[in-house]
Amino acid sequence: MLDKIGIAKRIAQEVRDGYYVNLGIGIPTLVANYVRNDISVEFQSENGVLGMGPFPFEGEEDADIINAGKQTITTLPGASFFDSATSFGMIRGKHVDLTILGAMEVSEKGDIANWKIPGKMVKGMGGAMDLVASAENIIVAMMHTNREGESKLLKNCSLPLTGVQCVKKIVTNLAVLEVTENGFVLLERAPGVSVEEIKKATEGHLIIHGDIPEMKL
Amino acid sequence: MIRKTVSNVEEALKGVENGMTFMLGGFGLCGIPENAITHLVKLEIKDITCISNNAGVDDFGLGLLLHKRQIKKMISSYVGENDEFERQMLSGELDVELTPQGTLAEKCRAAQAGFPAIYTPAGYGTEVAEGKETREFDGKMYVLEEAYKADFAFVKAWKGDEAGNLIFKGTARNFNPVMCGAAKITVAEVEELVPAGTLDPNEIHIPGIFVQRIFQGKNYEKRIEQRTVRKAP
Repeated sequence: MLDKIGIAKRIAQEVRDGYYVNLGIGIPTLVANYVRNDISVEFQSENGVLGMGPFPFEGEEDADIINAGKQTITTLPGASFFDSATSFGMIRGKHVDLTILGAMEVSEKGDIANWKIPGKMVKGMGGAMDLVASAENIIVAMMHTNREGESKLLKNCSLPLTGVQCVKKIVTNLAVLEVTENGFVLLERAPGVSVEEIKKATEGHLIIHGDIPEMKL
Repeated sequence: MIRKTVSNVEEALKGVENGMTFMLGGFGLCGIPENAITHLVKLEIKDITCISNNAGVDDFGLGLLLHKRQIKKMISSYVGENDEFERQMLSGELDVELTPQGTLAEKCRAAQAGFPAIYTPAGYGTEVAEGKETREFDGKMYVLEEAYKADFAFVKAWKGDEAGNLIFKGTARNFNPVMCGAAKITVAEVEELVPAGTLDPNEIHIPGIFVQRIFQGKNYEKRIEQRTVRKAP
């Protein structure tokens, strides 16, 4: 079974040379730490920066340079700043190659819910609805089950939706799955996790073709 | 040259009244019009509708107006950093319209650029699209979103000149440029106000035509919400 860092490491393998990548808050943010250093990648943050670098050194933080999680950041050579309309123009216009974000629930049709728990938590969708509605290549980073052990990979989402039929790939603590017209196709198992365990943790339709390889990290 | 300078925040906010709709720039606490917000608190303007990506934190930014119950309605994309906001929303004291961030930006830009509405794919099939017109283009579904109408836009820039030309810094740019000219009156506060001719016309982000009043801001706190650092080597 993977921890959050393991999930981030596996997703980092999906990042290719020349990609512009938008990283969501939480596990997705960690992905930047594990991308191969022999490829060229630029990270976009939807509040208006391309070419995000690491956190600043102590004493060098600048209130005017933050990421979408409101964290102080730095920029790398080649970086640029822009306004919010331009930022979402990059996203809506499909100029960003890969979007990685978290989710509370994903359905077997690729619907995603990650912005609201009625009566409990209403923080807002931020940029998530724009991202999922437009990105061609969306990977969801999430835990396979909730704290009560209930599946978060469902037939239908129970929470208010963020977007419909948009998720293509999911990396969880147990598995890598592709979302197809017919349901979740199991691609890889996390180290030490059996197909049986993944079946048990998946409520939505799970498709298993032949032997399922273990992830290589 | 058409002069846009006013001498202080009092003059810049002349004409604000109870029940008006205001646009306020900023992302989190980054690039917010601190002087305008402080003065709105002082003026005790009530029943405000605010169009702003976020709602500040409990004791800073728009949180100051929320604390005094001056806001009737918030139009935002993300409001997760503010306990008082959540309390007023759940108790029904505050009307809240949550809008996807890119849609919020584009509804401002549409108002600035003279479009009555725009089609966006964001929110299709979700509760955000309920009751709105939808339409298919090239096999994909879009939601019709109308341009905002506001009385004042309050924006913050890094540098500005007497003609109202603006230059922003870093990610403090965010929603500020798209709100300029998107309301009946745009008020820009700047960290550094310079004479016309000082700024290179090639480097202007927002031309002064979109700005009605500009003033030299004071006492910027520029609070950091999440101070994240790494150890020096």
